[in-house]
Amino acid sequence: METPLAVVIGGLYAVGLYLMLRRSVVKLLIGLAVLTNAANLLIFTAAGMTRGRPPLVPSGQAQLSPPYADPLPQAMILTAIVIGFGVLAFAVALVHRVVQVVGSDDLDAMKTTDT
Amino acid sequence: MNLLPVLPLLIPLVTALACLLAWGRRSAQRSLGVAGAAALLGAAMALLRTVSRTGIVAVQIGNWPAPFGITLVADLFSAIMVTVTGVIALVVAVYSLAAMDARREVFGYYPLLHLLLLGVCGAFLTGDLFNLYVWFEVMLIASFVLLALGGERPQLEGAIKYVTLNLMSSALFLAAVGVLYGTAGTLNMADLAVKLRASAAPGLVTTLAVLFLVAFGVKAAIFPLFFWLPAAYHTPPVAVSAVFAGLLTKVGVYVMIRVFTLLFVQDVGYTHQIILVVSGLTMVTGVLGAVAQNEFRRVLSFHIISQIGYMILGLGLFTPAALAGSIFYIVHHIMVKTNLFLVSGAAYRLRGTFELKSLGGLYREAPALSILFLIPALSLAGMPPLSGFFAKLALVKAGMERGEYIIVAAALGVGLLTLFSMTKIWAEAFWKPGEASGAGAAPGSWAWIIGPITALALVTVVLGLVGQPFFALARRAAEQLLNPAAYIQAVLGGPPR
Repeated sequence: METPLAVVIGGLYAVGLYLMLRRSVVKLLIGLAVLTNAANLLIFTAAGMTRGRPPLVPSGQAQLSPPYADPLPQAMILTAIVIGFGVLAFAVALVHRVVQVVGSDDLDAMKTTDT
Repeated sequence: MNLLPVLPLLIPLVTALACLLAWGRRSAQRSLGVAGAAALLGAAMALLRTVSRTGIVAVQIGNWPAPFGITLVADLFSAIMVTVTGVIALVVAVYSLAAMDARREVFGYYPLLHLLLLGVCGAFLTGDLFNLYVWFEVMLIASFVLLALGGERPQLEGAIKYVTLNLMSSALFLAAVGVLYGTAGTLNMADLAVKLRASAAPGLVTTLAVLFLVAFGVKAAIFPLFFWLPAAYHTPPVAVSAVFAGLLTKVGVYVMIRVFTLLFVQDVGYTHQIILVVSGLTMVTGVLGAVAQNEFRRVLSFHIISQIGYMILGLGLFTPAALAGSIFYIVHHIMVKTNLFLVSGAAYRLRGTFELKSLGGLYREAPALSILFLIPALSLAGMPPLSGFFAKLALVKAGMERGEYIIVAAALGVGLLTLFSMTKIWAEAFWKPGEASGAGAAPGSWAWIIGPITALALVTVVLGLVGQPFFALARRAAEQLLNPAAYIQAVLGGPPR
């Protein structure tokens, strides 16, 4: 299971970076979203996967017996997804406003504050 | 349970919530904002006092024992940083009373400012890497909104770059955290310090170290990763850029120092050599950028970058004296840089522009302000007897002891160039003849603007003239950083290692 996921993560990173290198702000945004999700998937894979063994104490026993799935990476991903979603919502609003004010979604039209 | 490390998080949170509840009532929010900042400073000073007397304080949130729950740790370094944050919070809150326009105040400036402070204090106090990510995001989202608040075109353009680059670095940080968890099976920093020292895969740990270096490097604006900073920091209102300039990049520097003294010390010859080289390049490119600029706040923005180089120079040298120099430098820099931005705001009020070419004659019109500009400016350049001189002296001395003469020469040369670009601001904005226009006049009274500037200038002078106790404190903090045994014991408990 790890190998196909690793390929998927690599693909997501490539897609995200490619989109971010385009000139459109909207594509930049989509690229960012893809990139955050690639990072989430990376945590999930890097922390190891255990199939069909939820970390639940079976009835009649006092404690867990290994192997069981580590719940912590899932908790972290959940947090990261929520944060990523909030940040993405802000970014969508920002891009909307930028396109309104600048009148274009071309990143090259947004260079007036550079040197 | 000791409540002191929780207070610097609780106070900004409560203040932000109270300000939100007072939505639409401007005067209530203004007084709440200042009161909250003052309370934060008080709590931070109490924390510093406790930590300095009784050693490292650790709090396990929810009473979960150390490697499992979230830990808040306050050692001397974090306590110093939280105290500095409190000072800046108070100063900027007072300055905002006069300098912030009513439209931004009504649209939640004060709640956002305090949420930003919450994120900053959280990042300073947390003892857990994933928690650090969360605090970073709290800080970032507040700073995003503060940067874009007002919706002027330059602000939005700056925000696009700032948001993108910071989200990129967050994604990188998250990926590094994930791989680190896969490697070590824990994210508690004290626990990691123990496990990584015994790690069976030093190559992987070094790779992770460099990954973290890049992720934090974007936030700290080190050499090849700083281009978002001068594009964004000069666009929002002055009070906001002053907080950003003072605090935000320094959070990046703080975590870099934390991570590279506590976690990644397996291959010091490799990682810290990279940091050393990068610090030299950061100093030089930053100051060259500053020399080329002709706008008040952009010159100052580029200076931030070159000063970051000095801060991580101490980390790269990796001796107690050098780290103490870094810590002193960070404190000095936060005070001075915030002050310079505040002065630029005062100049804007008198002339209605930040362009050095259109400024002029400020010395004749406001001699007091000119002196107040000179103090932080000369301190930044490293003139004795101000704080910047002693900070630079400590770093240069530590560099000589290690025999890193090239980097020392770079540091000295950069100090000279800093002086040059400060002279440029002085000559253009203050010295050359010019006429009053008053175009930038905003509501509020002049005393609220001069007061904070004077206070920060006084701090700079005091840090320089009676620097010995502060320097001794920095030295103790540095020694604490280099001997993580006390930190590990305070967090994990158990016998002293």
